Amino acid sequence: MYAQMVKSEAADESAEAQAFQARIDAGEKIEPKDWMPAGYRKTLIRQIGQHAHSEIVGQLPEGNWITRAPTLERKAILLAKVQDEAGHGLYLYCAAETLGVSRDELTEMLLDGRMKYSSIFNYPTLTWADMGAVGWLVDGAAIMNQVPLQRTSFGPYSRAMIRVCKEESFHQRQGYDIMMKMAQGTPEQKAMAQNALDRFWYPSLMMFGPSDADSVHSAQSMAWKIKMNTNDELRQKFVDQTVPQAEYLGLTVPDKTLKWNDEKGGYDFAEPDWAEFFEVIKGNGPCNTERLAARNKAWDDGKWVRDGLLAHAEKRNARKVAAE
Amino acid sequence: MADVTQEQLFEFLCRMGDNTLVLGHRVSEWCGHAPVLEEDIALANTALDLIGQTQMWLGLAGEVEGKGRTADDIAMLRDVWDFRNVLLAEQPNGDFGQTMMRQFLFDAWHLAMLTALTKSTHEQIAAIAAKAVKEVQYHVERSGETVIGLGDGTSESHKRMQDALDLLWPYVGEMFVSDAIDDAMAAAGIAPDLADLRAQYDAHVTPVLAEATLMIPEGGFAHKGGKTGFQHTEHLGHLLTQMQWLQRAYPGATW
Amino acid sequence: MSSPNSAYPDIPETQTKPKRHEWPLWEVFIRGQHGMSHRHVGSLHAPDEEMAIKNARDVYTRRNEGVSIWVVEACNIAASSPSEKGPLYEPSESKVYRHPTFFDIPEEVGAM
Repeated sequence: MYAQMVKSEAADESAEAQAFQARIDAGEKIEPKDWMPAGYRKTLIRQIGQHAHSEIVGQLPEGNWITRAPTLERKAILLAKVQDEAGHGLYLYCAAETLGVSRDELTEMLLDGRMKYSSIFNYPTLTWADMGAVGWLVDGAAIMNQVPLQRTSFGPYSRAMIRVCKEESFHQRQGYDIMMKMAQGTPEQKAMAQNALDRFWYPSLMMFGPSDADSVHSAQSMAWKIKMNTNDELRQKFVDQTVPQAEYLGLTVPDKTLKWNDEKGGYDFAEPDWAEFFEVIKGNGPCNTERLAARNKAWDDGKWVRDGLLAHAEKRNARKVAAE
Repeated sequence: MADVTQEQLFEFLCRMGDNTLVLGHRVSEWCGHAPVLEEDIALANTALDLIGQTQMWLGLAGEVEGKGRTADDIAMLRDVWDFRNVLLAEQPNGDFGQTMMRQFLFDAWHLAMLTALTKSTHEQIAAIAAKAVKEVQYHVERSGETVIGLGDGTSESHKRMQDALDLLWPYVGEMFVSDAIDDAMAAAGIAPDLADLRAQYDAHVTPVLAEATLMIPEGGFAHKGGKTGFQHTEHLGHLLTQMQWLQRAYPGATW
Repeated sequence: MSSPNSAYPDIPETQTKPKRHEWPLWEVFIRGQHGMSHRHVGSLHAPDEEMAIKNARDVYTRRNEGVSIWVVEACNIAASSPSEKGPLYEPSESKVYRHPTFFDIPEEVGAM
């Protein structure tokens, strides 16, 4: 998920908090000026912020291939897609801003490591087939989470997710389209597609986070309707949806234990290596250093631009006032 | 009106298409790295427009050539000496100011050129220009306003913009140098006389740079060799090694 | 605050740094080609109103022709406050937009 292991604050027991919970239970949306428990606000800032950061850092692995896209049309589609991710980050930062934190504050917390982004974006994109795998698997996993979040209790977050889901509808499809072309292409292309699936399968499963079935934090977030499903539910749904898609491509999911289970009406599958997941979260993924360095460089190199344009705007306003 | 040869027309279309191809590629390099999210999104829009225009220009070039080459074949399978873009387009991004200055200096020419091409005697060229000119009208508004904002911003942003102008101004002249192909196009009413565009260009660019409090460098020196393909800068070859990598490494594959 | 966890540093309890000099936030309203009236579509940051309009065009219309854009600096918007004395739990029947079925989810999203 784009927001992984977001720690939830405890609820308080006040009458206001109970009335607040009643509103949520009745399916009402909470708006920025409404009363809300401090824990709800803080949990949301963390979750929406992490989601936004993931969109922004998520530009990098795919942006890595824009200048090497094989055709003009593929280049345009990929560029439009990565641009959408910037837009989605923007919508989400704006949603977080309604809670009383500024975008620049959130950005600084990303850049100095106080806030996290999804583990998936710390994996490298090494071949063109990775553009297919990322769109198909990573966007596919993200959509699993984002579709239900359109019904989240916080109005601005819900509206941002509605916009995101509308725009994202083509993302997974463009990824799958690349995979189809590769899987049906030359033997080298097919090998490239299998290699991409081999590398991205388990990191995609990690996106949902470790099992949280017994987590009190998750229970609170679900009561507040800022988390709509457990991690395991979503992961199962993702596997059940993705396996037939891999079969259609003629590719093999890199899990020898993968087997349809009639009883539960879903696949049994192997868990990803959670030790690896925690290392990636700690900063030891293959690309953590590069990703944060790239974002820091963009921010630092851009400072004179942001300052310059603001200084000009202020000068112009001053001139306007003086002329009146 | 005079006729043009198929080779001359192909050459002209490659000049238009290579400009947008190479500049679009450069602008796309910013994706994910711009100073602020809104600029990242705006730069991507500019790049997308330029890539779209490339598909139209090089697509038509392939048609005119009549050898069955697609826009992708022309973009991905030619070497440096076959490229016909002006040297300005292939200059590296540098800092954001240099990128925006390059964009503005090109956009102002591009707008004048496309405006004239909407009246081309060649129907398909006029149709492409009619679509592209609307996009470029916006490009130049945005790049011009950014040049003004940064030129008139802080002392640091002013200095960086002046440095960018000093660096890039010698690449402006090439856009207005006519050769036999331009003369043939003008004589056939397909494209405008480039000398006429210069006056429009100066009338557009000079007040913007003045508002940006920037000084246009003295002297009329102009680098050239891009649009004729005689002598590109070293930068173009490196750009092509990225852009053409997959097509070169896996010949014959479809993507 | 629940259990501290060093892998997930918290949002700081207090803002120790001074407020930084940021681009202001703008609210964006767009009337589409066939729209009835301007509708709030979202927000963005820009140094001034002219760039705010341009950014709105790039971010929220992906450059469709023929739209009308309004921007207003967020701090200049006056908004009603939820009443302190009013019932916290209002009847929700009249608020169709608060029901999930009000929103059209693109079919493609559900399908994949």
